[in-house]
Amino acid sequence: MSSGALTLAKAGLPRAATPLAGFARLLRRHGFAVAPEQSVAFMRAVTLLGPRSMEDIRRAALATLAPPPDQREEFEALFRSWFYGVETVATAGEEESEETEIRDDGGPEEERIDILQSAEGGQLASSVEQLSRRDFGRGSVRLSTLQRRIAASLPERRSFRTERSASVRTLDLRRSLRSILRADGDIPAPVWRRRKTVPRRLLVLIDVSGSMKQHTADYLELAHAVVQGAPSAEIFTFATRLTRLTSALRVRDRDRALARAAALVDDWDGGTQIGATLLAFLSVPRFASFARGAAVVIVSDALERGDPAAMVTAIGRFSARAYRLSLATPLAGDPRFRPETEALTAILPMLDDLVDGSSIARLGGFLLSLARDAPSAQTVWGKVS
Amino acid sequence: MASRADMSGIDGLATSPESVARRLAEVDYVADEELATAIFLAIRLGKPLLLEGAPGVGKTEAAKAIVTALGRELVRLQCYEGIDAAHALYEWNYQRQLLAIRHSGDEEADIYDDRFLIARPLMQVLRAPEASVLLVDEIDRSDHEFEALLLEFLSDFQISIPERGTIRAATRPLVVLTSNRTRELAEALRRRCVYHWIAYPDAAREAEIIMLRAGDVTNETARAVAAAVRDIRTRPLAKPPGVAEAVEWANAATLLEKGGSPWPEAFRRAIGVLVKDEEDLVLLAPEFDGIVAAAMS
Repeated sequence: MSSGALTLAKAGLPRAATPLAGFARLLRRHGFAVAPEQSVAFMRAVTLLGPRSMEDIRRAALATLAPPPDQREEFEALFRSWFYGVETVATAGEEESEETEIRDDGGPEEERIDILQSAEGGQLASSVEQLSRRDFGRGSVRLSTLQRRIAASLPERRSFRTERSASVRTLDLRRSLRSILRADGDIPAPVWRRRKTVPRRLLVLIDVSGSMKQHTADYLELAHAVVQGAPSAEIFTFATRLTRLTSALRVRDRDRALARAAALVDDWDGGTQIGATLLAFLSVPRFASFARGAAVVIVSDALERGDPAAMVTAIGRFSARAYRLSLATPLAGDPRFRPETEALTAILPMLDDLVDGSSIARLGGFLLSLARDAPSAQTVWGKVS
Repeated sequence: MASRADMSGIDGLATSPESVARRLAEVDYVADEELATAIFLAIRLGKPLLLEGAPGVGKTEAAKAIVTALGRELVRLQCYEGIDAAHALYEWNYQRQLLAIRHSGDEEADIYDDRFLIARPLMQVLRAPEASVLLVDEIDRSDHEFEALLLEFLSDFQISIPERGTIRAATRPLVVLTSNRTRELAEALRRRCVYHWIAYPDAAREAEIIMLRAGDVTNETARAVAAAVRDIRTRPLAKPPGVAEAVEWANAATLLEKGGSPWPEAFRRAIGVLVKDEEDLVLLAPEFDGIVAAAMS
């Protein structure tokens, strides 16, 4: 190929290139981030490839316009509709699948995982999804304290980076020698450094199933305060699906953030399949890495209606990854509460904390105490029962 | 057909996506059409190539194959949390600078000479853009600050050293970035790159890879392994097996079979090289015979 083909025509778009530019515009209209330099690269790529077939144009588009992998299907549909004139299907066809299907679609602010449960007899009793969108009312307790103090209250880890230290630690040879150079060979005070500490990530998984109905609004307000206050927090909700709310809750204004979050979640008050959902969470490497070394708080009543085996496996995996794994249940607000269900007795040894999550104040107070040592859940509840 | 000598270098490699695929196959890397197109475009457009995919699909291998096919030197920058400019760009050799000052006596010593400059990967590539390929591995592990630094480097291919001035690459070097997608990369970075998402290969292609990579595995074994691995990846495992594990498994099973184990048994006994997690093993155990039987039929 001649190098002349590399340079684009300078003035005006050749007629053959208009559909290409149009496709880039179409993508932008559908929420894809396409920069001008990307559309230029796209046209150059098509020129470079010949193009000998539509397939060449499609591959060039994939490589240069870089659709995120989770939006690939939407991208392909748009491509077909633009270049072949095929009607766009509004949603990618729901495929019937026996397996737990994972869909990581949506824009930067929404990520969901669908759980299509495998029908194993009548075990999963809660398979009826009640998809509803709920409005959140007001009635906010003061969350500002939580928001202000959460960053300083999280457990810490040592960072790879170092910071200057006043007391004698590790000698910073590079800076010390540099200061000697600067002082013309004299030896001023040596420079010391120490490893910095940074707060660990906080991962909060909130159960929004029917049995948690009266608490979910409170939890989301709390989650908003956490996202606003903590340097790296991740919030997910789950009932029959898993929805990532972190980006939605980054909006500073609480009412707007909660409205966005409420619109994202479409399995309010659905049934619970805690085990299956948590396993689906862990099977996405990107999500699973959120849990590694993090303080993980699962807010749920842990009332698993089916076989608790999946839940026990999931909790085990979480506990292996997390720095501290806590289960906050609204049921523990009742003084007569004992962890005696089959699921709870099985997971109790793996939990670091089993705490009361019946109100914003109790749960918020617990989050602020995450950095402090506490006896394990087994010890605490072993004494009670 | 051109001779081997004419085929070396960028012009030989990147005449068309097909020639890229052919050259990669020569160095034992099986690239599908989309990957070949992405590599071709990255080379011809002079843009960095960003490869994303699950762990174990062969992202780093792809970069190494490109390097071998081009006959260049691989300069690898492994990212990690906390990587900083001194590890990526350059550093002064302070000890030698001090010694030089001491030795120079009354004369003036140029302590910012090349002798005292320790070139880190990005600098090494700038100095020899035609002879090397930069591989920035697992960029998702680095933190945002480093990503910004890299962004600057990738757009201008120059480094400013306050004591020396700006060093610029004579030509645009070839850069390959890989990411496991444990976090979202900055839009600005994705935008500057030619992008390719490497998925797990389909069964036929995976069988082809196994045949290429494994020692003496029969065609049937390779196909059975590819089918079984494909099936295993659909299950909710903590660590789904990658392509490398599939190759190892085919190798191990063949070895065991030669040692006297009959077929399904050989697969079962070699499972340790495929699935490396106790929980996953327990999960797979009851269904394993079924998976292998289905794959072998």
